[in-house]
Amino acid sequence: MNEPIDGIDATRRRVLGAAALVALAVAPGVSLIAAADAGQRRAAAARPTRRFGLLIDTTRCKRSCTACVTACSAYNGWSNQGRPIDPQWIRKVEVTEPVSGLSHSVPVMCQHCAAPACVEVCPTGASFKRADGIVLVDRHICIGCRYCMMACPYKARSFVSEDVSGQRPDAPRGKGTVEGCTLCVPRVDAGELPACVEACSRQGGGAMTFGDLNDPRSAIRRALAAYPAVQLRADLQMDPGVRYQGL
Amino acid sequence: MSAIHYREIEGRGAGFWVLAALLAGLIAAGLTAAWFMEHIGHVITGMTNQVVWGMPHVIAVFLIVAASGALNTASIASVFGKVAYKPLARLSGLLAIALLSGGLLVLVLDLGRPDRLAVAMTHYNFRSIFAWNIFLYTGFLAVTGAYLWVMMERRLNDHTRRVGTAAFLWRLILTTGTGSIFGFLVARQPYDEAIMAPMFILMSFAFGLAILLLVLMSACKATGRPLGDAIVMRLKNLLGVFAAAVLYFLLAFHVTKLYQAEFDGAEAFLLRDGGVYTLLFWGGAVFLGGVLPMLLFWLPQTRRSRAAVVWGSLSVVAGGLALLYDIIVGGQAWPLSIFPGMQVSSSFYDGVVNAYTPSLPECALGLAGCAWAAFVTLFALKLLPFMPQSLADDAVEPPARIAGAGATDAAA
Repeated sequence: MNEPIDGIDATRRRVLGAAALVALAVAPGVSLIAAADAGQRRAAAARPTRRFGLLIDTTRCKRSCTACVTACSAYNGWSNQGRPIDPQWIRKVEVTEPVSGLSHSVPVMCQHCAAPACVEVCPTGASFKRADGIVLVDRHICIGCRYCMMACPYKARSFVSEDVSGQRPDAPRGKGTVEGCTLCVPRVDAGELPACVEACSRQGGGAMTFGDLNDPRSAIRRALAAYPAVQLRADLQMDPGVRYQGL
Repeated sequence: MSAIHYREIEGRGAGFWVLAALLAGLIAAGLTAAWFMEHIGHVITGMTNQVVWGMPHVIAVFLIVAASGALNTASIASVFGKVAYKPLARLSGLLAIALLSGGLLVLVLDLGRPDRLAVAMTHYNFRSIFAWNIFLYTGFLAVTGAYLWVMMERRLNDHTRRVGTAAFLWRLILTTGTGSIFGFLVARQPYDEAIMAPMFILMSFAFGLAILLLVLMSACKATGRPLGDAIVMRLKNLLGVFAAAVLYFLLAFHVTKLYQAEFDGAEAFLLRDGGVYTLLFWGGAVFLGGVLPMLLFWLPQTRRSRAAVVWGSLSVVAGGLALLYDIIVGGQAWPLSIFPGMQVSSSFYDGVVNAYTPSLPECALGLAGCAWAAFVTLFALKLLPFMPQSLADDAVEPPARIAGAGATDAAA
């Protein structure tokens, strides 16, 4: 009787040992899957029925006003001292028609395209688009290759070339990764306006309208229905979520 | 033709160890530079938010493109059955692996987060040509390794043609992928042409063969192995044809651009008004990369000269680097056209030609990639029999097709 029992024990030990090895091998994968699931749950909070966008009325945007840039910088914790390596999540571009001399001051930021080139080219999927159209960078898997910066037609992204300080809790930044306008996604998720839009309405000319492009009753949709608006580099058919009136 | 005998290089002399020490020093300097780039940040490079890819990318792309081209000599022997090239097949495969590993070293160490290499290997976005390239590069190393194995293991020699064909097709796809990185960038006017993919393939043919010729001639000279005119002149003629083909593709590329009014500004910048970029295009890519080598290779006064082969090959390498600098950096120096037809200005350098000056650390990193490729080649030659004992004319078949063998022969 003893021999078979020993045999069973030996078999059991081998099975248990193998199971332990399998568990050791699989556990990190399971935790990764769990983390991925958590990420998907977070992303699911962004409703696919909505598509957030911005409408900028350039006739109401004053050349001297930089309220949107200042607010973005303060909320997201970046600053630009004029060096070519400095980040710039939103900028004012002075646009002049060469024949007539007619000029506009145009805020330009990530255009949150429906078919974003940055997302297409990103090798790791760090550049991604939320279900509600907001284009973001996952700083955890950005390897800093800068291919998205090469591909973006709007020069909307910046690479962090040095140590960062004064980071804001809602806007983590990291040396060696790429960053850009997030449409102030934590504020949007909390039902608030992006910092630039709020600053423009309080201190600027009220040139910016934020809202759901899919909702016919939203202010942005009503404004788009009332007056013609253009997308920057519409010829590329990336369908930017940021529209401009008055250009 | 008698059987080809391969033998390791001796690698005991002072020259060998001085060269090895020099290369090791350059690699160490590059690794140090990469360490500083990672710890201090890319602020110590010349790359900015306007010119986001710089000297490391120029050298990395050159090495990667040259790697796939270096394999061609082996492919001509194994796939197309030209036995005259067979003695060079092992060296050809070795150079392909060495050059690619050097290019990848530079590319990886230039990443903003090189410590996340594991992330790049575990997270894939298959819509990205970059992600595909990760597979194409690692796969190329594996396929070329297998190719070398079946060539060097006598019992597996029968598989050489099959594995060689796979490696040849793989390299064509790889260089298509590298060219497409730029060709698919519709946002930037100096790129945005699908012809960049085949153009990169022809560039690879030229760069890779030039490097193979230089390595072959210097290795034979250093080790005292015979190297006959038959093989040198054959390769030299082939290189001349490849250099001419690159010129043809450059012509087709720019004529296509010039035909479209939207690219007029970018073309005028690169071809006429771009200062250093214009100089690099005409003086570097066109003259050094194409015209001068062809003159050296085929003018009656120099066509039989070994020195002309060396200078012509060096000229192709210099012209290739100039062309890639012109494409990669010059292409970013020209501003994006966000508001076509308008004059623009901003605090973020909109509407202006972007400045770029490579810094010492990024040059050191690039040089380290080249040194790594040379180091790998040097020690591989010492450890394994990659080099034939003799490439004298009577050891190469078909024999005695010497000096000035026509382009028809070369193109075969």
